[in-house]
Amino acid sequence: MISAFFIFSQKGEVLISRLYRTDFKRSIADVFRIQVISNSDVRSPIITLGSTSFFHVRINNLYVVAVTKNNANAALIFEYCYRFINICKSYFGKIDEESIKNNFVLIYELIDETIDFGYPQNSEIDTLKTYITTESITSAAIAPEESSKITSQATGATSWRRGDVKYKKNEAFVDVIETVNLSMSAKGTVLRADVDGHIQMRAYLSGTPECKFGLNDKLVIDKNERGISDAVELDDCRFHQCVRLDEFDATRTISFIPPDGEFELMRYRSTSNIKLPLRIIPTVTEIGTTQVSYAVTIKTNFNNKLSATNVVLRIPTPLNTTAVDCKVGSGKAKYVPGENVVVWKVPRIQGGQECTLSATAELTSTTHRQVWARPPIDVDFQVLMFTASGLIVRFLKVFEKSNYHSIKWVRYLTKASGSYQIRF
Amino acid sequence: MSTPGQDAKFFTRGKIEEFRTELQAAEAKDKKFVKRKTVLKKIVANITMGNDMSLLFTDVVQCLGTPLLEIKKMVYLFLVSYGRSKPDQIHLVIPNFLQDCNDRNPLIRALAIRTMSYIPIPVVTDALGDTLRHCLKDRDPYVRKTAAICVAKLYTADPRKAEKGGFVELLRGLLQDSNATVVSNAVAALTEIGDRQDGVMFKVNLSIAHRLLAALGESSEWGQIYILDSLLRYVPESHSDADLLAERIIVQLQHANSAVVLTTIKALLYFMNYMDDRKRIDYICKKMGPPLVTLLSSGPEVQYVALRNILLIIQRRPTVLKNDVKVFFCKYNDPIYVKLAKLEIMYRLARAENAKEVLAELQEYASEVDIDFVRKAVRSIGRLAIKVEAAADDCIQALLDLIDTGVTYVVQEAIIVIKDIFRRYPGKYEGIIPTLCEHLDVLDEPEARAAMIWILGQFADRIENADDLLDALLDNFLDESVEVQLSLLTAAVKLFIYKSKSETTKALVHKVLKWATEEVDNPDLRDRGFMYWRLLALNPAVAGEIVLAEKPPITTDSDRMDRGALDQLLLHTGTLGSIYHKNPETFIRNAVGRALVDSPALNPHSRAVLVHLAQPQLPTTVRVAGPGPVEPTTDQQHNPETPIPPPPATTSKPEPELPKSTSSPTEDDEAGDDGDDHAPPQAKSNDPYANLGGAFGGYVTDEPRPMGSGRNGDIDDLLF
Repeated sequence: MISAFFIFSQKGEVLISRLYRTDFKRSIADVFRIQVISNSDVRSPIITLGSTSFFHVRINNLYVVAVTKNNANAALIFEYCYRFINICKSYFGKIDEESIKNNFVLIYELIDETIDFGYPQNSEIDTLKTYITTESITSAAIAPEESSKITSQATGATSWRRGDVKYKKNEAFVDVIETVNLSMSAKGTVLRADVDGHIQMRAYLSGTPECKFGLNDKLVIDKNERGISDAVELDDCRFHQCVRLDEFDATRTISFIPPDGEFELMRYRSTSNIKLPLRIIPTVTEIGTTQVSYAVTIKTNFNNKLSATNVVLRIPTPLNTTAVDCKVGSGKAKYVPGENVVVWKVPRIQGGQECTLSATAELTSTTHRQVWARPPIDVDFQVLMFTASGLIVRFLKVFEKSNYHSIKWVRYLTKASGSYQIRF
Repeated sequence: MSTPGQDAKFFTRGKIEEFRTELQAAEAKDKKFVKRKTVLKKIVANITMGNDMSLLFTDVVQCLGTPLLEIKKMVYLFLVSYGRSKPDQIHLVIPNFLQDCNDRNPLIRALAIRTMSYIPIPVVTDALGDTLRHCLKDRDPYVRKTAAICVAKLYTADPRKAEKGGFVELLRGLLQDSNATVVSNAVAALTEIGDRQDGVMFKVNLSIAHRLLAALGESSEWGQIYILDSLLRYVPESHSDADLLAERIIVQLQHANSAVVLTTIKALLYFMNYMDDRKRIDYICKKMGPPLVTLLSSGPEVQYVALRNILLIIQRRPTVLKNDVKVFFCKYNDPIYVKLAKLEIMYRLARAENAKEVLAELQEYASEVDIDFVRKAVRSIGRLAIKVEAAADDCIQALLDLIDTGVTYVVQEAIIVIKDIFRRYPGKYEGIIPTLCEHLDVLDEPEARAAMIWILGQFADRIENADDLLDALLDNFLDESVEVQLSLLTAAVKLFIYKSKSETTKALVHKVLKWATEEVDNPDLRDRGFMYWRLLALNPAVAGEIVLAEKPPITTDSDRMDRGALDQLLLHTGTLGSIYHKNPETFIRNAVGRALVDSPALNPHSRAVLVHLAQPQLPTTVRVAGPGPVEPTTDQQHNPETPIPPPPATTSKPEPELPKSTSSPTEDDEAGDDGDDHAPPQAKSNDPYANLGGAFGGYVTDEPRPMGSGRNGDIDDLLF
């Protein structure tokens, strides 16, 4: 299990150092600094030296590091690091060197509560916030009854929710967010297209609400046993701790008592019948050894009531590019020499429209002619009220013993960031 | 903490004396204890920065009287950092601890025992004993779950004291607790103790297993992991027990936490060894595939863990992911460790039906920037040609195109794999040899040079100017690496056998033999030189038969790990061992090995390849009778005096095996086959050439691996 937990700044300064076991001294931090932070070519998130293993996750120039001396569960350690990052974000609004330094005492409290002797313990943010707070508390001030409530929640079957939540207006917001991954060959054939979806819920509901949630989904266990139906085929789904997995397995209904506030209800994956919101048609020609000409067209693939926003194309240019002359129909395009790309930003494209860019890159002549690797064009965008998988929420029912009326809102968003790639 | 986010200013180096004065000053007129809080924060910041604050011990513990929880926690943090080094002063705080242990507030009680048990010195553990016993029976579950972990801490500090005090039985008793969090922490503590070489064994019988499963649903995600992990301590006695447990846990595959998913998979794979219903096994395999793929949408670190595990799982249970090669295609911006792991899986999943797509991807990767990745991509193209006969033509064309780019490392890598392709498909592609010969000059790496020289020698009869080419390569014979020298020697002999009439070849072989036997220090090279010389002198015709004997066909079987080793490694799914594909006892000091345990339910094929752990001489544990399961007396215990011998080499690095006569490598990966229907692997070959078939030896050495050796290396000691 975890023997030591550290947070380092980018420069290698130790911001948090907690040794859970006596098998290490604090100087173990120096080993990590030498092996990872000052090493320009780190090729693994896990480094093992002798019997000692360092696990690290990088976030905003910080290194979140766990050290172990046994055959630790690697997945558990990384999941804990991710959770720690989320806890910090929730407590401080962000996680970076400044927020860690400004709250280091609180962070010690948090990591002492969420890891005991290297074993992760209850780390539900909602519960933690009931007893690890930024307020000063005198020991005498907490009534033992109050504490018992906290402890039974922290160890209980619904450790993610307090029982005494009250709202004047009971509301639940559901966001279905899909990230499209696309890899398209230079010939325009789809090599890979799939959707990573997650359903984010913000529940502002009083008491202990029992929720039931329905989708137009169909889980495909065996791809060869495909039936005919309009349901969306999900390859897999994963649920928040609060969802009753055995009930889902038996009846396919998603039933749960939600945590208070925002949480990720489920994640899913779909690979069939993916509707690609944008089609990119690039024509890139190398003219001799001194010029490359580009003609890139974006076509929308959704109805004209919807629109794609924040569309950003990153179009690679050869390493020896000196200047690029761009002409665009809409948006702005600019050559960024540091990254060897032309960045073309279009704030909004209405459904049914198309945009084009034409550009010419001037190259210097180089002594050794190395082949240009032609990295893919990368596209980022967002389309509201559209799901690439076709998934829709059929219903969300809330039952609570006080029988209050609740309002539910559902939004859909399909986006791409860093994984919608077109080769040319 | 009074106002969030203002503490960064405390990160400045401070002097002990200043802090002491400030603490003393704070004793008077300290409204709301603001002054004390400030000094303590400065001290904690200095501990963080690695400055020794232990001299402030007596001053800091004075603050324990302050009724502010925040101050108490900082003092406790100080005690956890320095208490161990102050055995003569620690008694000062014990009354405070004990008082807190009896506080009405359960959070305070838990905090007190948690902190005390972090200070593993006799004064503290003595004082902890009775209190801990009470806390294990506390009415509040939060205190009990904290106390459970305290037992593990106590056991680490002083195993005999913990045993004599009856704490292990108390811990076993907690397995029956009504609160799931308490149960799962008790499991974690018992596991910790059981994994020690001198610890009390933790075995799970069927009734305990059912109790644990009952707690599973209400446990936190971490608790679920501890419980699922402990299920591997239960050995099913009948197929139906294995079926039932698998059915109970299979829903956990849908959990959002990837560690829950991977640990569930570990338990399922384990139980499958004890099942006999093919349909059920197939069903479970099909259920495992999608969740494994979904792990690839987690953060890159978890993706990496998942990929390294998938690589093991698909070797043992190919049905799990047989149709999913596309999801393993690399994204351009994947971190390099993810890309390298995906590449290996793509190769494993490649079959005749998807070879075209896989090849297209590999070609794409071969033009990327990362040299290591490019080389592996090129090598994978060659391996693909060897694995999938139908794709060989296209792969060769792809390799020729790559050679044409003239990028030196690409050319070298290509030539290395082409050598193996020649052996896999004799008489089919030799036409490309002239193209290869054009690139002789760029080969500066031993492996590539050796490969090219092998090609020159082996096909010297088809290469018109082989003697000229070889002669040119001989220029620096004495400076070459041994690998190249050996291949030059053999190539020269082959050339001579092909063209024994020619005076130039005669002179050439004479020159090389003379060098090898007279000028070289390496005994292998010298011996081989003498052997050839005598062979040629005695009977050149027989020499020809020997040197140019027909070689056994090359296959890709050799890079599939053997079944017994896989069964054993899969017991470590999700852990470090599964990342490095090594059993933990081979690289982690004091790590306990695992092996499948025989039982009437064990699948006969698993039994046939069962890897046994070293048997212990004597049990060294103190036996305690408790409410828990009755324990058998001997097996599986490690005597701390006798180190576990390293397992056979097969577990860390697959050795090539004779190809199975009944199945070609491609069929081997075909649908439905998960190895259960196959006879256990045949004995290792005696054929010395079989090792040459391990064409991918170099590939294996690129694998992620721990640095240094944990068992006998000195690195461990450097870390202190």
